[in-house]
Amino acid sequence: MIEHRVKGTEPALWASILIYIVVILMALFCILPLINILAVSFNAKQSADMVFLWPRDWSFESYKIMLSRDELFTSLWVSVKRVVLGVVINTILTVLTAYPLSRDGRVYKTRKFYVGILVFCMLFNGGMVPTIILVTVWLNLGNTVWALVLPGAVPIFNVILVMNFMRQMPKEIEEAAWMDGATSFKTLLYVVIPLSVPVIATVMMFSFVAHWNDWFSGLLYMTDVAKYPFQTYIQSTITAPDISNMIDLENYANVSDKTIKAAQTIVGLIPMIIVYPFVQKYFASGITLGAVKG
Amino acid sequence: MNDTTLCEQEAQREEQTPPPVKKGKFKLYVEKGFLSYDFMMLPGMLFLLIFNIIPMYGLIIAFQDFIPSKGLFEQEWVGFQNFVDLFDRPETWGVIGNTFKIAILKIIFTFPVPIIFALLMNEVRVLGLKKGIQTVVYLPNFISWVIMAGIILDMFSLENGVVNNVLGWFGIGPIEFLGETKYFVPLLIYTEIWKSFGWGSIIYLASLSAVDPTLYESCVIDGARRWKQTLAVTLPAMVPIITLSAVLKLGDVLNAGFDQIFNLYNENVMDGADIIDTFTYRLFKDEYAWSQSTLIGLIKSVVSMVFILTGWGLARKLTNYSVF
Repeated sequence: MIEHRVKGTEPALWASILIYIVVILMALFCILPLINILAVSFNAKQSADMVFLWPRDWSFESYKIMLSRDELFTSLWVSVKRVVLGVVINTILTVLTAYPLSRDGRVYKTRKFYVGILVFCMLFNGGMVPTIILVTVWLNLGNTVWALVLPGAVPIFNVILVMNFMRQMPKEIEEAAWMDGATSFKTLLYVVIPLSVPVIATVMMFSFVAHWNDWFSGLLYMTDVAKYPFQTYIQSTITAPDISNMIDLENYANVSDKTIKAAQTIVGLIPMIIVYPFVQKYFASGITLGAVKG
Repeated sequence: MNDTTLCEQEAQREEQTPPPVKKGKFKLYVEKGFLSYDFMMLPGMLFLLIFNIIPMYGLIIAFQDFIPSKGLFEQEWVGFQNFVDLFDRPETWGVIGNTFKIAILKIIFTFPVPIIFALLMNEVRVLGLKKGIQTVVYLPNFISWVIMAGIILDMFSLENGVVNNVLGWFGIGPIEFLGETKYFVPLLIYTEIWKSFGWGSIIYLASLSAVDPTLYESCVIDGARRWKQTLAVTLPAMVPIITLSAVLKLGDVLNAGFDQIFNLYNENVMDGADIIDTFTYRLFKDEYAWSQSTLIGLIKSVVSMVFILTGWGLARKLTNYSVF
């Protein structure tokens, strides 16, 4: 389908062609490395010299080896737990925090106090070591999934997004609910939340991505390697040259360390690719309405 | 004036109409639903108190000679000794310099890309293609730096890396992208653009779709071609959002990108790529210098805060934007 626009608002033909070429190149620039790594992951060792966009010799060995390692599944399980818990906790807290903040500060005076706390937390933090002491020593959460979920329980950026979205809702809708005798909680649950689906879907996606992608808190709070979430496990194998992997490899003539790493990279990508299309349709309304202040 | 006294009038009135219930401030607060709002805020505030505010107290270890085996309150106070020790280290100033250098270079080079991309996308009329391209360019933003690093290390490696292979066809290289600072820092910028430009273009595209089409129509009547229309209508429409993004970027002048650098760097590029955040982590992890690690983190935090606040202040002044 061609977008309809007034005649005379299109660039000259040569410019149009140039523009199409440039944007397509930019898109390729984004996607080609991912296709390349996919091709590498399916390539057999003998021809591991140069793979561009298609494997030279198809082989599923690297996936077999990867799947034969228990660490993969234990770490995936940790990740699944943290993503589910994390998204649920983040979303509930985000909505509960954003709704009161979307009220008019001239009427709801306490708002100022809460904004003060949030701004303070955005600007300043205790830093790495004090947080580690809090989580592992004082609260004794080290090596548990809670260490991955609770410290970032209130994502302030998401709160701002949802707050701005709620602000732009027509006041009349809520006033009507109020007139019908609904309490604040009921108004939130039955009126505001159903109308905020685009922005809530967007922040849920953000939480999902943040939890799935986070590798650093695993490194900080987990002393037991078996408790690593998936990304931390990948981090420890991809970026650090792992000697145990090398020894392992001698038994498998048909793969190289390179292709196993590529296979792990692909596994790390898959959940993102699966969730992405579902939430993509909400981005435009979720982000733009959330970011621009009315 | 009748002859009843004021007092009697008052009494009469009270008999006729039931006295308006004198509501306390608190009762009003409850009736307007404000107390329920406070209840809604409570859990979030508790989490912030525990996980964000309480650790700030732990910053005192920057002024202690911290020994992990002892409790926080049994440590020896050393005042500013950690400060002296930290800046006596040979690498400290280099690390600070690298942080500013990499972060500022990143801002300069990554900032214009999404704007240009949005301007180009604005001219793409084939809707299917437009959507497809958007889907593809947003994607890298959702991939973790760990995974990205896996791909980058593979692509740019000296042996069998795709990039060096392709360069080889032209008789260039092989180039040690990951082993020399002069290649490594540009690589950081290049991969940062890869990851962020698509997603960064969303706000610009949104501002472009909000432009009133009649403005373009009047340009057509005036005989302006597309290039003139871009200068006269499109760019001015983007000025507020560009200004806003630019001033908010100020808050990033100390964020050189921990996730990216930590997963990509190695001994060979340490001199040019070690930044405050990676240094903070290594002080903690490799040297057990918890006090110095906390101190340099604290310094970064304070300096960053000044930049962020300046950015917010400018944003408010220039574009009337406020964070909350």
